[in-house]
Amino acid sequence: MKRTFGGQCGECTSCGKCDRVLNRGNAAGEETIIDNPIMEQDNSTKLYTFLIYSENIAGLLSQISAVFTRRQVNIESLNVCASSTPGVHKYTVTSYCTLEMATMLKKQMEKKIDVLQANFFTDEEIFINETCLLKISTPIMLENHNVSRIVRMFNARIVEVNPTYATIEKTGITSDILALFNELNAIEGCVLQFVRSGRIAVTKSKIEKLDNYLAEREKQRINK
Amino acid sequence: MAEKITGAEALMRALEHEGVDVLFGYPGGSIMPTYDALYDHKGTLNHILVRHEQGAVHAAQGYARVSGKVGCAIVTSGPGATNTITGVADAMMDSTPMVVICGQVGVAMLGTDAFQEVDVVGVTQPISKWSYQIRRPEDVAWAVSRAFYIAKSGRPGPVVLDFAKNAQTGMVEYEPAHVDFIRSYNPYPAIVKEDIEAAAKMINNSVKPFALLGQGVELAGAREEVCAFLEKAQIPFGTTFLGLSDMPSDHPLNKGILGMHGNLGPNVMTNQCDLLIAIGMRFDDRVTGNLATYAKQAKIIHFDIDASEFNKNVKIDLAIHGDCKTTIPAVAELVDKAKHDSWISGFDPYAEKEYNKVIDKAIHPAEGPLLMGEVVRKVSEAANNEAVMVTDVGQNQLFACRYFKFTKPRSVVTSGGLGTMGFGLPAAIGATFGAPDRAVCLFCGDGGLQMSIQELGTIMEQGAPVKIILLNNNFLGNVRQWQEMFFQRRYSFTPMTNPDYELIAKGYGINAKTVIERSELDAAIAEMLATPGPYLLQCAIKEEDNVLPMTPPGANIDEMLLEV
Repeated sequence: MKRTFGGQCGECTSCGKCDRVLNRGNAAGEETIIDNPIMEQDNSTKLYTFLIYSENIAGLLSQISAVFTRRQVNIESLNVCASSTPGVHKYTVTSYCTLEMATMLKKQMEKKIDVLQANFFTDEEIFINETCLLKISTPIMLENHNVSRIVRMFNARIVEVNPTYATIEKTGITSDILALFNELNAIEGCVLQFVRSGRIAVTKSKIEKLDNYLAEREKQRINK
Repeated sequence: MAEKITGAEALMRALEHEGVDVLFGYPGGSIMPTYDALYDHKGTLNHILVRHEQGAVHAAQGYARVSGKVGCAIVTSGPGATNTITGVADAMMDSTPMVVICGQVGVAMLGTDAFQEVDVVGVTQPISKWSYQIRRPEDVAWAVSRAFYIAKSGRPGPVVLDFAKNAQTGMVEYEPAHVDFIRSYNPYPAIVKEDIEAAAKMINNSVKPFALLGQGVELAGAREEVCAFLEKAQIPFGTTFLGLSDMPSDHPLNKGILGMHGNLGPNVMTNQCDLLIAIGMRFDDRVTGNLATYAKQAKIIHFDIDASEFNKNVKIDLAIHGDCKTTIPAVAELVDKAKHDSWISGFDPYAEKEYNKVIDKAIHPAEGPLLMGEVVRKVSEAANNEAVMVTDVGQNQLFACRYFKFTKPRSVVTSGGLGTMGFGLPAAIGATFGAPDRAVCLFCGDGGLQMSIQELGTIMEQGAPVKIILLNNNFLGNVRQWQEMFFQRRYSFTPMTNPDYELIAKGYGINAKTVIERSELDAAIAEMLATPGPYLLQCAIKEEDNVLPMTPPGANIDEMLLEV
């Protein structure tokens, strides 16, 4: 699949919005539109999960997100929190892009002075989870038995119930969460609010790349 | 207990600790405490008052490029800081080590849209190597040391320090800091032995190797090492604009300039070689032309200190990550002495063709108005090919890079990646401070000169010995050339009505002369070079001259136009 960025641009003059560039320059001075060779490699877009570790220095989030923006890659979800290593922050970012693009994004992020490591994974290489909260109408829930049936079927948890609304929590993978939402949302007036968190992930690998990196750097620091 | 000093005084001591001796700057409200401290350090920190903050950063760039040291600029908050943005972006593109210190409103005022407040860190983060806000006087020593370490190590670049006013006035017990290790930043990647061996094997198996040298060679100070390597394996090479003084221009293996306005031979042979060895260059689109046809027949080895350059534009076969001052000798040790005489002589017909069709006409015109090429070559030769060449941007830059000759390292100061018009004049001022013993020749056009013409005031005040060669064609020449070639000669806002530059220079007390006739050129150049201090030599240049040869944008690199 050839990925286009941002849709139609009309007459292309390397607008950055499509995957073609204008070649004004053949010997006869004729204008021809040619495929952009960089974009040509763009043929197998998939969802990658980037796990990025940085020092706890202000302003890193905008630097990391800017790397994606600059290469015209949309961020699908983003989660930032302190990691298990003191002083190190972990960013979990998901994006649809090609392997080449993911590799480039990784290197661009690692170029930021305070980024320790950036790696990217396919869904098979990581344990993933996200969570959602649904605020639904209690009168509708009582009126329509399908509501509680759906909640049970998806193994969602009712956090709170009062005469006006009930709050439901569901943790799982994106498709389950969206299926739960879609089923409840199909019942008119049921869903009052819906929010889905960014994906969080840990790797399946038995090797802890960050720990190894930090240990290696510490060795280099001592040997300086 | 150590003596307590202000954060501003701590900055002065930290700069001295880093070996700074020249600062280019312009004072203003939020940086006043720092300027007050500077008043007591005039003996050690030579502050050059520019006439516009953009001039300060470009001067710091010029200083850094010729000296190899970190350039330093100091400005106030708000407009002072935003006026440095072009220079910061330019230094980032061209890997120039620079530290820019901007004043900032006090921490209590941050985010309130205070007078002359701008989110400098937010604005500069995407275009700098590192950007940091100093909010407490206690952070001054650490931040300055870290800034200089980041600016000069690895692939050099600009660092911005946003210095809040309360951090300037607050008191601190100053202890010099020495940052030489940042765990998240490794500018000294270890050499991978297997990669070195693989590179040597590829080079030994190659019968038609061709090397591309970029500014990385110069930044690494690796002229000797790279030269020894190329000579041992007898590998011809071409250079980028920023890599022009990597090697002497007349080195027998030097086949000329790469890219859009480079030489025919190296561009054609890029698409004929069997091995391309890129050293400290980044395959800019002005060098590669159409990527779909660029060196497709060749294996490619890329030596670079910045891993993000590998496979960025051109797909490569082997990446050698590291400082070429160490990686190249490691490879050189394993390569066989070789002879590639017939391959090397293959460059000659193209050189001859280019000479006959383009170069000879450009530097030896028999009649008609003066041409940029002949002026550049005459200046270069009159200065024994030993001068520092500074250029502005446009045709003046392309002709200067094509026809100036180099013998000494660190002799090129030009805005390569960003292409900043107005860069030349202030950068040349900086270069005179960075290389006080060398002649500094600036080539600029009538467009670019006026973008920073206020810096003639700095030249006057400092007596900075910039030899300004104004190549005046009454046009924004390079845009005009593209309009002629690609926009059916529709000269949309490129003709310029010019002032009397000679009179302007004289108003600043700068010696000046205008040359119209070819017969007067040699004497005028000699007079310019012999006159101590600054000099403006205006040359009346043919209005509609074109820089040739040229690979049109997006065209194949080996399909250069020799005539329009």
